[in-house]
Amino acid sequence: MPRLIAHALGLLAALFLLSPVAAQLRVEITGVGSNQIPVSVANFRRDGEIPQPIDEIIRTDLQRSGLFRMIDAGAVPLSESSAVNLSDFKGRGADALVVGSVARLADGRYDLRFRLFDTVKQAQLDALSFVSTAAELRLNAHRIADRIFEKLTGERGVFATRIAYVVQLGKTSFELHIADSDGASQQTALRSREPIMSPSWSADGSRLAYVSFETGKPVVYAHTIATGERRVVANFLGSNSAPSWAPDGKRLAVVLTRDGLSQIYVINVDGSGLQRLTRSAGIDTEPAFSPDGRFIYFTSDRGGGPQIYRMNADGSGVARVTFNGDYNVSPRVSPDGRLLAYIGRRGGRYQVHTLDLATSQELALTDTALDESPSFAPNGRMLLYATEVGRRGVLATVSVDRRAKTTLSGPSGDVREPTWGPFIK
Amino acid sequence: MTRIRLMRLAAGAAMALLLAACASTPLEEQPPAPVADSGAQPGASSGASGTDARAVARVDATTRGVDPLSDPASPLSKRSIYFDFDSFLVKPEYQGVVEAHGKYLVANPARRITIEGHADDRGSREYNLALGQKRAEAVKSRLRLLGVSEAQVETVSFGEEKPAATGTDESAWSQNRRADINYK
Repeated sequence: MPRLIAHALGLLAALFLLSPVAAQLRVEITGVGSNQIPVSVANFRRDGEIPQPIDEIIRTDLQRSGLFRMIDAGAVPLSESSAVNLSDFKGRGADALVVGSVARLADGRYDLRFRLFDTVKQAQLDALSFVSTAAELRLNAHRIADRIFEKLTGERGVFATRIAYVVQLGKTSFELHIADSDGASQQTALRSREPIMSPSWSADGSRLAYVSFETGKPVVYAHTIATGERRVVANFLGSNSAPSWAPDGKRLAVVLTRDGLSQIYVINVDGSGLQRLTRSAGIDTEPAFSPDGRFIYFTSDRGGGPQIYRMNADGSGVARVTFNGDYNVSPRVSPDGRLLAYIGRRGGRYQVHTLDLATSQELALTDTALDESPSFAPNGRMLLYATEVGRRGVLATVSVDRRAKTTLSGPSGDVREPTWGPFIK
Repeated sequence: MTRIRLMRLAAGAAMALLLAACASTPLEEQPPAPVADSGAQPGASSGASGTDARAVARVDATTRGVDPLSDPASPLSKRSIYFDFDSFLVKPEYQGVVEAHGKYLVANPARRITIEGHADDRGSREYNLALGQKRAEAVKSRLRLLGVSEAQVETVSFGEEKPAATGTDESAWSQNRRADINYK
């Protein structure tokens, strides 16, 4: 009898673990931007059973950016062919209106359409239709949000990009996940009984490099996401860690201890052409290429405590970059090369900071105390990072003007090591 | 006293049986057998000086085959060295432990160890991995000064990935800032 109960409990636990909902990250918007554009996104007309709430995904995406304020469009669905009174929406305070429809086709696919209007100019700004499979519906909703974002702000949207992160589900259960930028549609790229660290996207978004302890020590792998094909990039004596792709996608900066303490090297993806870049008596780690590939920013304790330094990509011309506080780590350069993001400890709190590389103006972006691993969205508007809420690791985003904040939290697991992927063509 | 000695004898005999039964322990890793050495030397010296023909040189075979690594009373039973925050300095209270392992490794050149460095979970995971490495290297360089050969010591770091204690206070953090000596 007790065995039966144990079996039943085991089955329940297995079902819970297998359920995708259990691992899904939930978006909570905790701060909003200023100068928000007021937008109405009408309920889309639905024809047949539709597996994704397209209109709701678009609204949440736009809100999450902190740049939009949602104006209620009413309960009545408005499709791309509905007759709409734009003046009416302008009167309600909306500068733009989004309408659309999604219909199930005879072959099981879906016809997704939308139109974007400027209510002030009384003109259509954009219109498009997609035919997509059920699996593509959510991605196409993000693509619509990206087009709206671009038409209304003049900048590229990042809603259809992906993020990677590590989740620890138990003492000997680690997973590398890839998810939509809102944390939804998560998929497991790697499962291991040993820790996984420091995922890094290749510039084309097709591969991830990371550190896996699966053989009992840290080894750097390159992993082709679509096929699951993996290759060892660096497995030298001692530890191998902190991979960072060069923009050309052929080389990586890595950190090795084969010659003593942690030092920075470059290596080809196939493990050939190893070249040592730093020669300090201390720790040099966390290399990050500037987007133009000219510089490598890194963390070093050569001056005492950890600070961020910059060198040319060949290892020459080292210069210190951070001077505030006694602990600055985890550098990342913005896509336009203007901002440096990092974790700075100030008064015992570890928080996301940015440094304007031209003016040396430092800005603390967060109010949390145990932040780690900042990475820029590919449009440079937001940062993704890991922090702790109630002693559990969660992911969070903050806009570079520090006004818009969101938390992505799942019901289980310790989530960490997030990194925002590039634009995908 | 007698009782303690008896218990030690029994423990030693049990350990010897255990080790004898353990087929995977290579013979060259055993401490050198004391019988031939200690038996020959006193005899030779007494013969040379000729002071006392009735002298009895006592040979203790109870520790034969007993690895001091397995003796809970030995300083070698201590395998962890703890560090201060953001520091890789081996503190004076851990010199004894390091020296004991150094002497043992010098006396047993076939033995090999891995030193695992660890850090508490605050700050960057990669920096903590490097800090763990620095701690492991600090212990290694002490051992090298004591005469331990390069080939006997491998260092590895787990950073903050393998905490000895979970918790978000100093008592947990202090247990996690450590270097562990593991014999292969």
